[in-house]
Amino acid sequence: MQISVKINGKTYDHDIEPRISLAQYLRETLNLTGTHIGCDTSGCGACTVHVDGAAAKACTLLAVQVDGCDIKTIEGMANGNEMHPIQEAFKDNHGLQCGFCTPGMVMTAADILKNNPNPSEEEIRHGLEGNFCRCTGYHNIVKSIQQAAEKINA
Amino acid sequence: MIPAKFDYIKASSISEAISLLDKHGDDAKLLSGGHSLIPAMKLRLSRPEVLIDISGISGMNSITEDGNEIVIGANCTHADIVNSDLINSDLNILAQTAKHIGDIQVRNRGTIGGSLAHADPAADYPAVVLACDAKIVVEGKNGGRTIAATDFFLGIFTTAIAEDEIITSIRFPKVANGNYQKFFQSASRFAVVGVAAVKEGNSVKVGVTGVAGTPYRATAVENAYSGSSDAALHAVDGVEDELMSDHFADEEYRAHLAKVMVKKALEA
Ligand SMILES: Cc1cc2nc3c(=O)[nH]c(=O)nc-3n(C[C@H](O)[C@H](O)[C@H](O)COP(=O)(O)OP(=O)(O)OC[C@H]3O[C@@H](n4cnc5c(N)ncnc54)[C@H](O)[C@@H]3O)c2cc1C
Ligand code: FES
Ligand code: FES
Repeated sequence: MQISVKINGKTYDHDIEPRISLAQYLRETLNLTGTHIGCDTSGCGACTVHVDGAAAKACTLLAVQVDGCDIKTIEGMANGNEMHPIQEAFKDNHGLQCGFCTPGMVMTAADILKNNPNPSEEEIRHGLEGNFCRCTGYHNIVKSIQQAAEKINA
Repeated sequence: MIPAKFDYIKASSISEAISLLDKHGDDAKLLSGGHSLIPAMKLRLSRPEVLIDISGISGMNSITEDGNEIVIGANCTHADIVNSDLINSDLNILAQTAKHIGDIQVRNRGTIGGSLAHADPAADYPAVVLACDAKIVVEGKNGGRTIAATDFFLGIFTTAIAEDEIITSIRFPKVANGNYQKFFQSASRFAVVGVAAVKEGNSVKVGVTGVAGTPYRATAVENAYSGSSDAALHAVDGVEDELMSDHFADEEYRAHLAKVMVKKALEA
């Protein structure tokens, strides 16, 4: 099926099979491998991208469902060589160790801060319920998001 | 994990979706948020040959007030419900419930119509539609009808919707004093037990999910209630033979949890 999708500001037209997930389409057709596939069963959040501005798990969306949508992936967060404040904050606060969960964490963090620019620690933890990290124990991820919020609001 | 092959059709109106359902019968499935259906298709527990995507149908994602009722389009996402001022003020119990479904990403995609149609025995909304006496509005090739929540759930993954019917909206009465208590399954965030209570003066309506294969109204609790939460002892009266059991909670523990959660809901 023919789809036309805007991804990180650029429009792509492809003929794809309906059963291909958005995560597969991003990684295998577009080589945008920043979107990770952890569980492939909607549990871990590593595949989180934004669809029309809202965080979604790309392993549980068909690429055909986002025909005509505006998608943002982790590759679209930085502005050239300048990291997004959330990325910068993860770096500053050791918000990552192996980095596997990080793209999803950053995309979910952006959704949390969009709807709640000044979240409490509890609200951040509630917001991260769909994102698993096997390394950090979450503590520094929460700290990163708190710092990012301060920076964005400054 | 890749689903079996299927054809994908995007319906642009309710009547188009109905005629596609009529044409493809058993082979077709509606797709709204896809957050129950796509995981099932990836596991090949479900293998529809035709997917009819109804998510783009206009008029199915509004939340409006109609006299003393609130009408919620079937395609409203859990996030739409959490963020609706109208629901937060006049049907707060539903906003409370939606806020604890899955996670941000799931709430951004999953819909109330999809959740009710799917009828997962651990889903949250069933308890609330039962306790609120909501009505599920469906449309099919022979026209529309309204199904009372108490007639809607027939069993595990089974509802009163006919094969050619689609849920178009859900009608809730406004509810001033309601609350939802959920005992989370700690990995999936689904409900092990979920209890909705709607109080009016000295009477209460109680909906229970996660306990029996079919969500139910705890009528024994309602009859015993006159203001004291001791009525919670009757939480599983009448469903003792239908208690669910899995590796998270066996029958005895579930029955106990049901009483505890009903008590909390009555006291909240
Ligand atoms: C990680 C995760 C966690 C979750 N946690 C929870 C939770 O805590 N509590 C909870 O209640 N749910 C939970 N869910 C389920 C979630 O709420 C689903 O979104 C919901 O059950 C189905 O809605 P959907 O729009 O995604 O439906 P779909 O998956 O698109 O469809 C589900 C079924 O309903 C049918 N259908 C869809 N729309 C209609 C309609 N308008 N008329 C008739 N039939 C229709 C479809 O044909 C299909 O059979 C979770 C899901 C995931 C992936
Ligand atoms: S890969 Fe999508 S949620 Fe884990
Ligand atoms: S940093 Fe390794 S999984 Fe999160």
